[in-house]
Amino acid sequence: MELLERFAAGDLEAFEVLFRQHQKEVYAWIVRIVRDTGIAEDLTVETFWRTYKHRSQFRPDGSFRAWARRIATNASLDHLRHARQEVTLPENLACTTSPDGAVRQETRNQISKAFHELPAKYRLVATLALVEEESYNNIAQAVGISESLVKVRVFRAVRILRKKLNSLGIEANPK
Amino acid sequence: MNNEEINKEMKELLKQSVAPAKDTELRRDLWPQILRKLDEQPLPASSVPWFDWALAAILTAVLILFPGSIPALLYHL
Repeated sequence: MELLERFAAGDLEAFEVLFRQHQKEVYAWIVRIVRDTGIAEDLTVETFWRTYKHRSQFRPDGSFRAWARRIATNASLDHLRHARQEVTLPENLACTTSPDGAVRQETRNQISKAFHELPAKYRLVATLALVEEESYNNIAQAVGISESLVKVRVFRAVRILRKKLNSLGIEANPK
Repeated sequence: MNNEEINKEMKELLKQSVAPAKDTELRRDLWPQILRKLDEQPLPASSVPWFDWALAAILTAVLILFPGSIPALLYHL
């Protein structure tokens, strides 16, 4: 029996093989969304727990990678919905390149705060599309929506952010 | 200014405030945590989807309320 068929049948060894093949990739995807290494580890475990729990719904002729990524995205979205507090990006996770100085630290903090206050479903697509520069197609597949709906959500996220920043006196579109 | 330009402006602002995740490497094996979770929350031997239970409940209710439908059901089986 093939690996994916064995997994769907509940074979724990097949599950372990799949876990070891995909855990790094799933973790990397989650950490780009939730931006906290500890939470990303917990959500990676949660993701694989869900894949094993719902293994009977997995079609062995499908892609385990795509399925796991979709479950990981849903788990991350659940986390964003319930974690209301602002997540501080650890030093070791942030890019070490310094900003060009065009935006002051206080303004950056306000932008970051406004970003973290976005509704979870907008924040998720905005993080992936605008900060991580993931393609709309990849985001659409991971979230399980159409590419055009991803664009709509990014547009709405940007609109909400602009409104918030303008109310704080920050010009989002200086031109 | 069109959507693309607005997105580009916002992208630049965000990138100065919310840095892209750079270190996304998993540093330890999480399999032991999966095993612990499996021990703590063993999965049911077989899971029946909720809608199967709902269908069974509806069928039972129909058979109880309309016993005359039993011969018709048996005929069609």
